[in-house]
Amino acid sequence: MTPTPARASAHALLRSTRCFAAANRIRPAARAFSGVPAGAADPQGGPEKVGGVRAGDDELDVAIVGGGMVGLAVACALSNMPLTKHLRVAIIDSNPALKSTNYLKKDGIPDSRVSTVTPATISFFRDIGAWEHIQQQRHAFFGKMQVWDYTGLGYTRYNARDVCKEYLGCVVENKVLCNSLLLRLQEQKEAIGKMIYPTRLESLVFPSKSRNVGGAGLKPPSTEADSLGHTSKELRRSNLVKLDLSDGQTLYSKLVVGADGSKSNVRQIAGIKTTGWSYPQSAIICTVEHTTENDCAWQRFLPSGPIALLPIGDNFSNIVWTMSPEEALRHKSMSSEDFVMAVNRALDFGYGPHPSSSSLDHYMERLFSGVGDTAASTKECFEVPPRAIGLISERMAFPLSLMHSHDYVSKRLALVGDAAHTVHPLAGQGVNLGFGDAAALAEVISEGVSVGADIGDLSLLNRYENDRKAANVAMAAVLDGFQKMYSVDFGPLNVLRAAAFHGAQYISPLKKNIISYAMGDKKSPLFS
Amino acid sequence: MLRRLAPSLRRAAASSAVQRGGGGARLPDPGLSSPHALPPQWRRCASAAASSLPPPPPTPPQGPPRHAGGGSAASSLNPAEVAKFAAIAETWWDSQGPFKPLHLMNPTRLSFIRSTLCRHFRRDPYSAKPLEGLKVIDVGCGGGILSEPLARMGATVTGIDAVEKNIKIAHIHAASDPTTASIEYCCTTAEDLVKENKQFDAVISLEVIEHVANPLEFCESLSALTVPNGATVISTINRSMRAYAAAIVGAEYILRWLPIGTHEWSKLVTPEELVLALQRASISVEEMAGFVYNPLTREWSLSDDTSINYIAYGIKKSETPPTMPHQ
Repeated sequence: MTPTPARASAHALLRSTRCFAAANRIRPAARAFSGVPAGAADPQGGPEKVGGVRAGDDELDVAIVGGGMVGLAVACALSNMPLTKHLRVAIIDSNPALKSTNYLKKDGIPDSRVSTVTPATISFFRDIGAWEHIQQQRHAFFGKMQVWDYTGLGYTRYNARDVCKEYLGCVVENKVLCNSLLLRLQEQKEAIGKMIYPTRLESLVFPSKSRNVGGAGLKPPSTEADSLGHTSKELRRSNLVKLDLSDGQTLYSKLVVGADGSKSNVRQIAGIKTTGWSYPQSAIICTVEHTTENDCAWQRFLPSGPIALLPIGDNFSNIVWTMSPEEALRHKSMSSEDFVMAVNRALDFGYGPHPSSSSLDHYMERLFSGVGDTAASTKECFEVPPRAIGLISERMAFPLSLMHSHDYVSKRLALVGDAAHTVHPLAGQGVNLGFGDAAALAEVISEGVSVGADIGDLSLLNRYENDRKAANVAMAAVLDGFQKMYSVDFGPLNVLRAAAFHGAQYISPLKKNIISYAMGDKKSPLFS
Repeated sequence: MLRRLAPSLRRAAASSAVQRGGGGARLPDPGLSSPHALPPQWRRCASAAASSLPPPPPTPPQGPPRHAGGGSAASSLNPAEVAKFAAIAETWWDSQGPFKPLHLMNPTRLSFIRSTLCRHFRRDPYSAKPLEGLKVIDVGCGGGILSEPLARMGATVTGIDAVEKNIKIAHIHAASDPTTASIEYCCTTAEDLVKENKQFDAVISLEVIEHVANPLEFCESLSALTVPNGATVISTINRSMRAYAAAIVGAEYILRWLPIGTHEWSKLVTPEELVLALQRASISVEEMAGFVYNPLTREWSLSDDTSINYIAYGIKKSETPPTMPHQ
């Protein structure tokens, strides 16, 4: 057998195959051998027909409970990928903001609920086409960051140039993130009104295991399944999740995505347990005004917890201040003048001196000059953050907690974002994990569609859990030291790492603060 | 990731069969089967190959049954194997049950099938239903774990299995999803369908050939079911030392993934034998890939390594096959 003719004949075959394939496409719908209509030639995107019975509009592929940032991101990602754009997706949320069809005004006072989105999140938003809408609304990139502590012993300045980037992160109001995703969805789906159910989830019924063929054997005889349209409909629905909505509607879905926050109703109905605890801490968030524009993210570790000052564009900054619940109550009820004074004190001379260029720094610099790779910002001097001149929003206080769901998935269910995990709100870190979940879940669903899997199949969804659990646990409970965090491209954590590597190793109060902060639990027995 | 079947492999297919036909076995002896003789069902194939120095006449499709009486008695199936699978049929859809390895492998097998069929039929790989309008048969469909995904990819699927219980399970399971409810399940054999002159754009038979009584006849039946220039996909387990260690000792005795006795060493088929058998059945194998298991990620992936599990895609030659380039 000589290779050349074999190959040539193979090529000839391939060519003729193509002709055949072309002819095949023109051929009318094929019939299966028993002469029964060969069924479904479903037009993509439309409801499927089964033996002449329309699969109702109440039958979905993906039902997303919760139209917050992460829930919308899942919907948006699905509608942007070629293999998943045809899926019938619904978002169940009564929030009236989901009716918005316009950009939010840039000149208003920024909302105090903001998120610091990481470069990874920004590239996800670019991929799904939502970033351009954010660019039309208020957002603030920052390229510098300074972290220091009340002891006056150490500080770290971090500059995007050190890692050859233009920025470390971007501060965006949560409502802008939501609105941008919503606008992108409207571009993708003409009938977005039909996609959003402005109501609440009342109850959720998962298909019972006994109905699966696997364990229970041959229950419904095949003739019964075939005979009547409504019987086959019932059988079909018995395999889907039933969602009862508070406006009386009932939906059936192959997959339910729980994106309904840390107190997730979906998670509780599914009986998924969580691990977690409340910190003896609360966070106060609000917006303040300066006389000049702030272009740097600032974070100072105080004895009670960290305070962060994040730029949000124009002369505004966002405050996230962690303290004991009693202190939070006091700071919330004091006059706004007193509060602004307290903020300025906390970011300046309060609790301890400014870090100064002392002999310690020279010692540190000498120590690390041999290690090489000295970042340009190590030479930068400590700066005092811009003073706040006025409080321009309400002060909101919320208790902090760490929660991690034991499982992110079960059959026909996936939890994303805060429903699966909440972390210490270190500059809006939680939402980046949530967007990571959304991207990973959409990717897994797309892989499933490509190999013809049932998108609610547990073994498929397990791949999402395996992918995200590792990342989220590493972020929430950094026990393996900073090594695992090193794979995370996130400004503030990079800063913590930088702080750790530049000085914190040798300054135990700061080290303790950073670690317990990253750990999210100062009372952790491992460190006591 | 995938590789085109090199012409050298085709040469190897012929030569290795020739060598073994002559009694000089090169395969390692696992101590379970007689290594010096080919499995009986392969004798015809091997001797045909051995004597194929003069160009063999083009083999006509083996339509007529060998045994009188017709029905499943005429099939290339082994009754003992059929009984073995009937006993575990109900666990088909239990992803932790006896068919766990198939569930684990399924996405990988399907991604090979998807990519080869998309290329073969010139379909858009970015379509959610790239197989729309194609008649595909899943020979040895079991509980339907391959048929259902094929239907979701848009194919008009026929699933056949010799075990009545499997067909029932498959039918009931498929009924719960509108897309898969259109699958035509039938308890029959490839041979019987050949007699009914059924033909399909693509014929797929995964992890079956190692269980049939006569692999060569089986390949001929698959070929007869394929339209000219249609596609055939077959996967099985190699008869190599590594396959013995992995698929029999590992999966059956150590991991207990499979019931002991699921695979018999002597019935396993090497890639060379498969290529040869398909070639004799007018199917030229175009592409072959191996499956490798990563115990850390617990996932399968496609690779060049066909020493354990492998999958092959071939094209059914058109009615007037080009002369075999033996000379």
